[in-house]
Amino acid sequence: MKKMTVLISTLALVLSMSVTGFAADTIKLGVAGPHSGDLAPYGIPAMKAAQLVVKQINAKGGILGKQVELLIQDDQCKPEIATNTATKLVTDGAHVVLGHICSGATKAALGIYKDAKIPVMSPSATNPPLTQSGDYPNFFRTIASDDMQAKMAVEFAINKLGVKKVAVLHDKGDYGKGFADFAKKYLDESGKVEVVLFEGVTPGAMDYSSIVQKVRKNKAEALVFGGYHPEASKLVSQMSRKRLKTIFISDDGVKDDSFLKVAGDAANGSYVTGPRDLSSIPLNSAATAEFKAEYGAEPGAFFQEGYSAALALLTAIEKAGSTDYDAVTKVLRSEYVETPVGKIKFDSKGDAEGVGFSVYKVENGAFTELK
Amino acid sequence: MEYFLELFFGGLTRGSIYALIALGYTMVYGIIQLINFAHGEIYMIGAFVALIVAGVCTIYGLSGVSILILAGIIAVIYACAYGYTLEKVAYRPLRGAPRLSPLISAIGMSIFLQNYVLLAQTSDFLPFPRLIPDFLFMEPVAHIIGSPELVILITTFITMILLTLLIKKTKVGKAMRATQQDMNMARLVGVNVDRIISLTFVIGSALAAIGGVLVASYIGQVNFYIGFLAGVKAFTAAVLGGIGSIPGAVLGGLILGWAESFAAGYISSDYEDVFTFGLLVLILILRPAGLLGKSHKQKV
Repeated sequence: MKKMTVLISTLALVLSMSVTGFAADTIKLGVAGPHSGDLAPYGIPAMKAAQLVVKQINAKGGILGKQVELLIQDDQCKPEIATNTATKLVTDGAHVVLGHICSGATKAALGIYKDAKIPVMSPSATNPPLTQSGDYPNFFRTIASDDMQAKMAVEFAINKLGVKKVAVLHDKGDYGKGFADFAKKYLDESGKVEVVLFEGVTPGAMDYSSIVQKVRKNKAEALVFGGYHPEASKLVSQMSRKRLKTIFISDDGVKDDSFLKVAGDAANGSYVTGPRDLSSIPLNSAATAEFKAEYGAEPGAFFQEGYSAALALLTAIEKAGSTDYDAVTKVLRSEYVETPVGKIKFDSKGDAEGVGFSVYKVENGAFTELK
Repeated sequence: MEYFLELFFGGLTRGSIYALIALGYTMVYGIIQLINFAHGEIYMIGAFVALIVAGVCTIYGLSGVSILILAGIIAVIYACAYGYTLEKVAYRPLRGAPRLSPLISAIGMSIFLQNYVLLAQTSDFLPFPRLIPDFLFMEPVAHIIGSPELVILITTFITMILLTLLIKKTKVGKAMRATQQDMNMARLVGVNVDRIISLTFVIGSALAAIGGVLVASYIGQVNFYIGFLAGVKAFTAAVLGGIGSIPGAVLGGLILGWAESFAAGYISSDYEDVFTFGLLVLILILRPAGLLGKSHKQKV
């Protein structure tokens, strides 16, 4: 008899749960990223950002009269796990997905979402072809792609500085050479500028006098360097020692206080690209404050981008009036939304307009953002 | 022509620094057949000591050249102390041991010293003050050969002359040469071999420290890791010139410096190291003992 009661009550419980599950129609926001393993620090801030956004929205009564439900899945940044993660999210009925974090995992998962007609927004996958290839019309991102800074630096050199001959150097590393390759590509494509030199320098070499002389010989007006600050400071100090007036332009790896400190006066007049200064955006500091109040710590990597992505996705559903794929993606592409990374909308390929990099000029030993 | 001169002097400057460091390798090898892998670290420590001294001097309001000289002297004294201690702690107890043991001990000391500086100082790059001022009379040719290059060349030149005099003309130098030729025989005729070996380490360290101070004030940055690459290059120079031979180390250093400079200038800096090490392989194939080295028959 007792057994029977237990069985019935269990059955009743299960039934009642599934009934409420069906009854309360929710908007399901999938969140995928590394939440365990060594890359977890890149995924957890975005997940927490989504939780904060959802909590806030639900407290205000949800979207379209429905509560938002989070479906959180761990992909460990591994492409083979990411496909499972994606399948799981699709089966669970996610309407939109925030993720994935790593470019490789994102690429692996995107096809599955595409077939299921689910818009996906990554706060961190910077691999350029994800948007530029046009293969994934369901993909958006709230971070600038890898080639954006090279594009930014090149456009700045051509349009603002008006240089005609440019030398491109790199430190032979993945990051530096990647930047230099894109810079060269955009310089060549512009048709207005001649790339007079494209070479790698050896990091840690005793001095760069021969390469500096080579830059002079080729009469380069600007030197675009891809790499990090130790080589950059060595280059600019040797340029000043050799009385070379070529304008030095570099990347985010150089936008570091060490560059100012080590290169000293020689750094003045250089330009570097770096992420836009977001601290003036009210939503940005509000999101940080919210995180600190909840968790008592600094947010961590891709928190702002994750926050923005969650906000952009949910706002788009609200504006579209449904979770219909075509309606949501149309809103994402046409309507601006206020986020912690600025007021953004997405271009036809899925990159956020107005997100990305600024050019900073080194003046009196400090980086000044050029608007 | 101007471009050639620019590369020539760039290579000469770099090469003379290589030569300064290579001398330490070659002198030690000549006497105890040990490759002192910690030598590059002595160079780095010299630069760091100079940085600290320069910092203190600047507080007391001294000016460029006087700081350079003072920092140089103190760096040399410190480096000598390090060289002496290094030999005493890491190599002397292994004097009779198989040849591989001191070699491993040398690598160990190299790693130890690097990490010691890393922990005691920082892993960041530190700015090194421009101690060598820009002389006005050099201004018209500053893009070909500037004041720092001039100071480096003159200093290394004087240092090498002094070293040659020391080895050729003094009693100590005679004892060093004797020890190099035959350690046991030198001991029999009354040379204090242990002291001569210590002295060799001390002199080598002093040269490395001078190199370290000059380079640091030339390029304006120091880091705990700079000794490694400089050490590898200088060792290459020593082998190139014939390890154990003092003129060979100087020649090897200069050739290496020029090879790097011209390869980067006329061909591509992508392959700078490929050309220099290719050159090394080529010379070792043609002259296995190096350019000026003498090949000894080894009794196995």
